[in-house]
Amino acid sequence: MKIKRVFPPLLVVIGVGLLTAIAASTAIRTERPELPENIIEDVTATAARIDDPMLRRWDELGIAPAPSADELEVLRRLSLALHGTIPSLEEIRLFEADAGPHRLTRWTAAMLNDPRFADYFAERLARAYVGVEEGEFVIFRRDRFTDWLRIQLGDRRPYDEIVREMISGRGVWTGKGEVNFVTAGFANEEFDANKLTARTVRAFLGQRMDCAQCHDHPFDDWTQDQFQGLAAYYGQVELSLAGIRDKSGEAFGLPDKAAEYLKTGTIATELRKRFRENGDGLRKHARLEMVAADRLWVVRDSQKIEENLEPRFVIRRTPTGFAVSSYEGEYFIEDRDSLEQQVVDPSVPFHPEWLGTEGTRRDRLAAWVTHPDNRRFDRALVNRVWGLLFGKPYLSDRPVDDLPDPDREEDAEETRVLDLLGCDFREQGCDLRRLVQVIAATRAFRMDSRAATSDPQQLEQAERAWAVFPITRRRPEQVIGAMLQANTVRTVDQNSHLFVRFQKFIRERDFVNEYGDLGENELDDRAGTISQALLRMNGEFAHEMAEEEPFTAPGRIASYSSTPEKLLENCFLACLTRRPTPEEAAYFLPQLEDDNDEPDGVVQDVFWTLFNSPEF
Amino acid sequence: MPPFPTNAITRRDALRLAAGLGVSFLLPGMTVRAAGRRGAERPRSLITLWMAGGASQWETWDPHPESKHGGPTWAIKTTAGDLQISHLLPQMAEQMHKLSVIRTLVSKEGDHERGTYFVQTGYRPDPTVVHPSLGAILAQQRPGEGVEIPMHVSLATGDGFVVPRGGYLGDEYDAFRIYDPGRNIRNMRQRVGDKRQQRRLANLDVVSRSFRRGREQQVDDTLHEHVIERALAMMSSEQLSAFLLDEEPRAVIGRYGDSRFGRGCLVARRLAQQGVRSIQVVLQGFDTHADNFAGHESQCAKLDPAFAALMRDLEEHDLLDSTIVLCIGEFGRTPWINGLDGRDHWPLGFSCVIGGGGLRSGVVIGGTDPDRWAGEQDIPSKDRTPPADPIEVPDLFATILQQMNVAPDLEIITPIGRPLAFSTGTPIERLLV
Repeated sequence: MKIKRVFPPLLVVIGVGLLTAIAASTAIRTERPELPENIIEDVTATAARIDDPMLRRWDELGIAPAPSADELEVLRRLSLALHGTIPSLEEIRLFEADAGPHRLTRWTAAMLNDPRFADYFAERLARAYVGVEEGEFVIFRRDRFTDWLRIQLGDRRPYDEIVREMISGRGVWTGKGEVNFVTAGFANEEFDANKLTARTVRAFLGQRMDCAQCHDHPFDDWTQDQFQGLAAYYGQVELSLAGIRDKSGEAFGLPDKAAEYLKTGTIATELRKRFRENGDGLRKHARLEMVAADRLWVVRDSQKIEENLEPRFVIRRTPTGFAVSSYEGEYFIEDRDSLEQQVVDPSVPFHPEWLGTEGTRRDRLAAWVTHPDNRRFDRALVNRVWGLLFGKPYLSDRPVDDLPDPDREEDAEETRVLDLLGCDFREQGCDLRRLVQVIAATRAFRMDSRAATSDPQQLEQAERAWAVFPITRRRPEQVIGAMLQANTVRTVDQNSHLFVRFQKFIRERDFVNEYGDLGENELDDRAGTISQALLRMNGEFAHEMAEEEPFTAPGRIASYSSTPEKLLENCFLACLTRRPTPEEAAYFLPQLEDDNDEPDGVVQDVFWTLFNSPEF
Repeated sequence: MPPFPTNAITRRDALRLAAGLGVSFLLPGMTVRAAGRRGAERPRSLITLWMAGGASQWETWDPHPESKHGGPTWAIKTTAGDLQISHLLPQMAEQMHKLSVIRTLVSKEGDHERGTYFVQTGYRPDPTVVHPSLGAILAQQRPGEGVEIPMHVSLATGDGFVVPRGGYLGDEYDAFRIYDPGRNIRNMRQRVGDKRQQRRLANLDVVSRSFRRGREQQVDDTLHEHVIERALAMMSSEQLSAFLLDEEPRAVIGRYGDSRFGRGCLVARRLAQQGVRSIQVVLQGFDTHADNFAGHESQCAKLDPAFAALMRDLEEHDLLDSTIVLCIGEFGRTPWINGLDGRDHWPLGFSCVIGGGGLRSGVVIGGTDPDRWAGEQDIPSKDRTPPADPIEVPDLFATILQQMNVAPDLEIITPIGRPLAFSTGTPIERLLV
C-alpha cells in the first residue's frame, strides 16, 4: 500500500528532474546559416530568369504584382512547406539576429539540409508514388517505402536515379524500400500491371491516362493500345521467394513457312525439332492450342501426367515470321469485345529511342521515363514541388498530375515557367533541393498575399498568373505541426528529446486521423469542414497546446515576458510568426493587464484565438 | 433537383451559395422539420449497421448446418416464413418479418480497405477520383430543412479501415464521426465558461478582420469564417441532445446493450428522429481469421440485442416506414474453415439484411452452396463459380437511392471532368413494393 501511495509523486519528481536535465542539456543554437557566394549568385540569377517571363506576362495582362512580403512571413511559408510546421520562437530570434545579406536564400538552404525536410518531403512525395493506404501488409510496407525515400532525399540523390530504382526495383519489400512502389501495384493478392502503369504515368510524367485502361481517352490523345503497350513493361513482374523479380521471356524465331505446320493444330515434327535445337525439348503429350486465329498459339506441356498440361510457350506472328517465347514472360490481356486472349508487346507512345537497351523490361521503361529529353518527367516534378511550396500547383486549375502535352503550342505561354524550371532541374543533375531553392527565391514566392487590386476579375487573373501569393487551406499535418511548434519555445526537431519527438509523432497521427487525411490528391482545392472547425476550437489537441504549463510556450511566455507588450508580441510570434498590428495591440493589451475582470487563462485564450484565426 | 455541377462552380460561387444557405440554416423552420412528422410522410433516413472486418454470413444470415464446413453453428426458425438464420441471433429471429435478406451479394474486392471503399461507394477504388459514399450522396441530395446537426454521421467509428467520405461532392459531406456514442459529443462543447468563450470569440473576430484587410476576397474564398459560424450554430443547437442518452429510460438503453455499438444504435434512432439523413453504426471486430466461432458468438451478442431493439424501437416510434435499415460489411467469410478455426475474406457471395423505409419485407434473395465453393479452395478467386442469382452492390445502392427519392443514374460532372452516375446499378425490383 505504501509503495503505491508514494509511487505517483515519486514519478512526478523523477519526471521534473528529467525534464529539467533535458532543458539544461540542449544548447541553444546560435550559428548563422552560411552558403558559398557562388551558389547564392547562381540561385539568385536562376530565379531572376524564372521571374522574367512572369514579369512579361503580368505586363501583358496589365496586372500589378503584389508587393514583397515581410521576410518573416516568407520564413513561415518555407517552414510550412519544407518542414510542415512554423518557425519556433528560437528560430525567429536567430533569423532576426542575422543581419547578413541574402538571408532568405541562406536560410532556405539550411532548412533543406535540416533532416526535417527529407522527413516531410518523403511523406508528401510518397503519396504520389504509393498512395496513403496501408494496402496488403503481407507484400506492402508503406513505412519501409517512406523510410527509403527519406534516406534518398537526405543523401541528396539525383531524382532521376531515385525514380529509376522505384520502377525497376527487385527484391524483398521489407529490406528494399523502393520495391514497395511495385508491390503497391498488387490488389486482391494479384499483381495489377494497369494500376502500376497508370500510377507511373501520373506520378512521373504528370499525365492521367487512367481512362485509357478501358477505352481511348475521350479528351486527350491517349489510346487503349498505348496504355496496354506501357503496361506490358510491367508484365513480367513476378512475386517469388526472393521478392519481386522479372519473369524471363527468352525467345527464338520461326521462319515464315512455319504457318503451314502451325495451321495443323498439332505439334509437327519440324516444330518439335526447332524446340530441341533451342534447348527446350517437348514431351510426347505436348499440345498446340490456337488462341487467336493464325496469330497466337500456346504450347501446353507437363513433366508427367498427360491430364495436367500447363501452358509453357507462346508462339505468335511477327512481321517477319513467328516468335516463340516462354509463356511466363508474356503479358496477356483479354480483348473486351471478342474475349480473345492477346499477347501485348511492350511499347511506348512516343520516342522509343529513349528506351534503354539493357536489362529487364522495367529497366528499359525506367530509362524511358527518366530520359533527359523527356520533358514530361521534369515538368511533372516541378509542378508538384511548386504545389507543395505554394499550396497550389503551378497550373492551378488542373490536378497536379494532369499536365497538358508539352508539344501543344497553345499552352506554351502558360507552361513556359514549368519548362524553364525543368531545364534548370535537369542541367543541375535532377537536384530536388536546388529546385526548391530556386523556386523559393523567385519573386512569386516572396510576394505578399495582399493583391495590388481588389477588383474580383483582376484578382482572379492575378491569382492565375502568380502575381499574388495564394491563400490556401493548411493541410492537417501542417495544422497540428504548427500547433505543436507554437506550444514550444525551442525548435521541435531531431535534437529534441526522444519523449518530445514521440509525443509529436503520436499527436500528429491522431490529429490527422481525426481532422481527416486529405489522401493522395492532397493538393486539390477544398474548403474546410465543420468537424474540423469543431476540432480546432474544442478539441483535446488545441486545448492542450494552448495550456499554460511550466514547460509549454504559453506558460513560459506568460512567466518570462517582462511587460504586457512583450507578452503579446511573443504570443503572436509563436503562433503567427509576426508582431501584432497597432490595432490588435490596442485591443489585446487591456486583457493582459493585471487588473482585467477575467484574469484566468488570458494567455491560453490568446493562443486559442490565434490557433483558430484564418491566418494560422 | 438539378445535378450539382461541382466543378462548374468556383469557390467564390460556392460562397455566395453558402451565404444564401447560411440564412436558411439559421432559421428554425420548425414547421417543416422531419422531427415533427410521422410515418411514411417523413423524409426518409438510412441507418447502416456496418459489420467492420467482414462478418461471416455462415454464422449470421446464411447458416448451413448440413454442410461439413458449417461449423458448430445451427439454424433457427424466424418470423419470416421459411427463412432460417443463425442460432447466434435469437432476438433477430423475431424481427425478420420486417426485413429482407440478400445472400448473394458479389464483389471483387477481398482486401479490407478496397472492399470497404467498394461497399460504401458502389465503385472500385480509383486513384484519380474519390467517390462519395452512399451516405454522403443522400446528405447532399436530400438536405434537411431545419436540421442543425450533421446530416451524415458515423457512430462507434474509430480504428476502422475507411470512413465514409464526401469524395468529389466535397469534404463537408464526410461522415461526422462520434467515437463513443451516447457518452460524449466530442468537440461539440466549448472548453471554457461562457465569459471566456465570449472573450475568445471577440478576439477571433479582431484577428480575423485584421487578416482579411487587403485579402477580403481570398479569405472569404477559404470559407473559414462561414465554417466557424456554422460550427458555433451547431454547438448551441438543442438538437445536439439527439447525440446523448440522458432522456432515455435505463430499460431502453439496457435493451440495446451497453456496448459502443448498442448505444450507437440507440443514438442512430434518435438522430433519425431528428431528421438526420444517413447514420452509420460500426461494429468492429469481425475479422475472424482465427477462432471464427468464438469471435462470432461475442460479436453476435452485441449485434443481436442492438439490431432487434432498433427494429422494435423504430416501429414503436412510427419511424420504420421512413427509415431504411441496412446491415452489411465489406465482404463475407470463406465457406471453408482454416487451420486456426477461422474463416478468411470472401467477397464472392455474402449476405446483407435490408428493410424498412417502405421496402418489401420477408424477401430472401439468392442461395449459396458452401460445399461446392469449398471444392474450389485451391483455384484462383477469379475462376471460382459465381453464386446463382448474384446481386451487385451498385444494384443495392440504386434500390436505396431510388427509395430515398434520389435518381440513381443522376450524373455529376466530377472535378476531373468526367461525368459519373451516383450508382451504375439498377434497382432490385423484388425489394420494391
